[in-house]
Amino acid sequence: MTWTRRHLLALEDLTLAEIEQIHATSAAFKKILKRNVKKVPALRGKTIVNLFLEPSTRTRMAFEMAAKRLSADVIAFDAASSSTTKGETLRDTAKNIQALNADMIVIRHSAAGSPLYLSKILDIPVINAGDGAHEHPTQGLLDTFTMKEHLGSMKGRKVAILGDILFSRVARSNIHALIKMGAAVTLVGPSTLVPHGFTALGAEVSHDLKSALADADVVMLLRIQHERQGHRHFPSLGEYTSMFGLNKTRASWLNPRAIIMHPGPINRGVEIDSDLADGDRSVILEQVTNGIAVRMAALYLCAGYQPEHVISSTE
Amino acid sequence: MATHKTLGSREVHAAMERLAAAIEARHRHAKGLLVLGIANGGIPVARRLCARLGIKRVGDLDISFHRDDIGTHPVPKEFAPTILPGDVNGANVLLVDDVLFTGRTVKAALDELFDHGRPATVELAVLVDRCSRRLPVAADFAGTTVAAADDEDVVVLLDDDPARDRIDIRPRALRAERASIR
Repeated sequence: MTWTRRHLLALEDLTLAEIEQIHATSAAFKKILKRNVKKVPALRGKTIVNLFLEPSTRTRMAFEMAAKRLSADVIAFDAASSSTTKGETLRDTAKNIQALNADMIVIRHSAAGSPLYLSKILDIPVINAGDGAHEHPTQGLLDTFTMKEHLGSMKGRKVAILGDILFSRVARSNIHALIKMGAAVTLVGPSTLVPHGFTALGAEVSHDLKSALADADVVMLLRIQHERQGHRHFPSLGEYTSMFGLNKTRASWLNPRAIIMHPGPINRGVEIDSDLADGDRSVILEQVTNGIAVRMAALYLCAGYQPEHVISSTE
Repeated sequence: MATHKTLGSREVHAAMERLAAAIEARHRHAKGLLVLGIANGGIPVARRLCARLGIKRVGDLDISFHRDDIGTHPVPKEFAPTILPGDVNGANVLLVDDVLFTGRTVKAALDELFDHGRPATVELAVLVDRCSRRLPVAADFAGTTVAAADDEDVVVLLDDDPARDRIDIRPRALRAERASIR
C-alpha cells in the first residue's frame, strides 16, 4: 500500500491499514534510534516548523528530536515572544510560515479543528500535535504502538482508560485507534468526566472502577486537566484520588501481566500513586521513547506521501 | 513499445556461477568477507552467493531512509531492517545487489554502511549489470550484463525451487505497483 495522506490530523480519519503502516514504519525507526549513528538523511534539506501555541514538554521535544533524527531543520515557534501576542491571527501566522518556505508544520493549539483549518489553507503537510479536546493522533499512535510491543495483537484485548475523558484528546485518539485494532475499550471515571455519549465511539462507559479494571490488559491513566475545566467536575482532588486514583489495591484487580500507561504529565498522588508510576508494570517512560520513533514515522510518511490522483493517473 | 523478455534458470545459474568464480579468483580467502545484501532484491542473491562460496557472515542492508527521492517515489510499506553479522569497522565488505542500474542504490547503501562504521574495503557484486549507470559507481563483479531501455524494468526472481529462477525484462511497472516490489 502506498501512503497517500499529506496531513496527519486525526486517527478517526485513518484506516486500520494506515495505522498499521505507521506502526511498521515506527518499528523501523526505533531500530535506527538504537544505533551508534542515530540519524538518517531521509528529510535532509526540509524545514519543519513546530507551531506550539499551547504548553508542551514531551510532544514538542519528541517532534524536535524526530525531525533532527531525520536530518530536517527545525524551527521552534515560541508563542510568548511571537507576533501572536500582538494579535496576529492563526491564519496569518501559518501563511507567513509557509511563505518562509517551511516544508511542514506541526501544530498544537487549544482550539479543536485548527490543524484541519490549516490543512485547508496551506499547501504543505500539517501534523496535528494536539488540538483542544479533539485529537492527539501521534500520542494515540505511540500508545497503541507501545501496547503492541507488550501484548502483540490488540484484537480482543481489554483496555481501561481512567480519568478525565471529557477533556482528553489523548483518550479520543486512543479510542479511535483501539476500536479499529479490535480492542475492547472501557472508559471509567466520575460521571461528570465520563459522559455516556462516548459510547457512540464504540467504547463502553463505566463508573464502577472494580469491574472496569477487572482483567484489563492495559490501564491508561489520564491527568485531570485543571486548565480546561471551567468549573470543577468533582468536589476535590482528594476525593477524586480516594474514588478513582490508581493505588496498589486497585492495581491488583488488573490482569497480572497488565501494563500501566500515562501520557504525562503525571500528577503524582492524584491519578496514580508514585510507587505504581515507577513500578515494574509502568511503561510510562517507554511511551516517551517510542514517541520519537512514531513521530519520525509520521513526518517521514507525510513528507513522502503520493497524492491519490498521481497513482491513479499512471494506471 | 518495449517487449517482454525473460532469461531462464539456466542463464541465471550461469550468471551466478560466473559471479562466484570471479569473487573466488580475486579473493583467496573469500570466507573472510562480510557480505551484505542490499534490501530487498540483493538479499536472496547474497544468500545464494554465500551458500555457493561457503561464506557464513552474510547480512542485510536496508537503505530506505537513505534514498534521495522522498516525495517523488512512494515510501516503502515494509522494511527489511539492517542486520549486520559482524563489526563493520575494519571489515572487508562485499555489497550484493540483484541489478545495477543508475548507481543511486549503491550510493545510498554506502551511506547506510558508513553509519555503522568504517570498513577497510568495500566491493560491489551484482547479478545483472544494466550498463547504464549515472554515477561514478561501478560493479567489481557482475554475473551478466543486460541491455534494457530506460523505460524497462529488469527484475530478478530467485525462487525456492532454483529451476524456476528467472530474470524478466519488461515495460516499467506502475508507480504504485513498483513500491510493493521494492
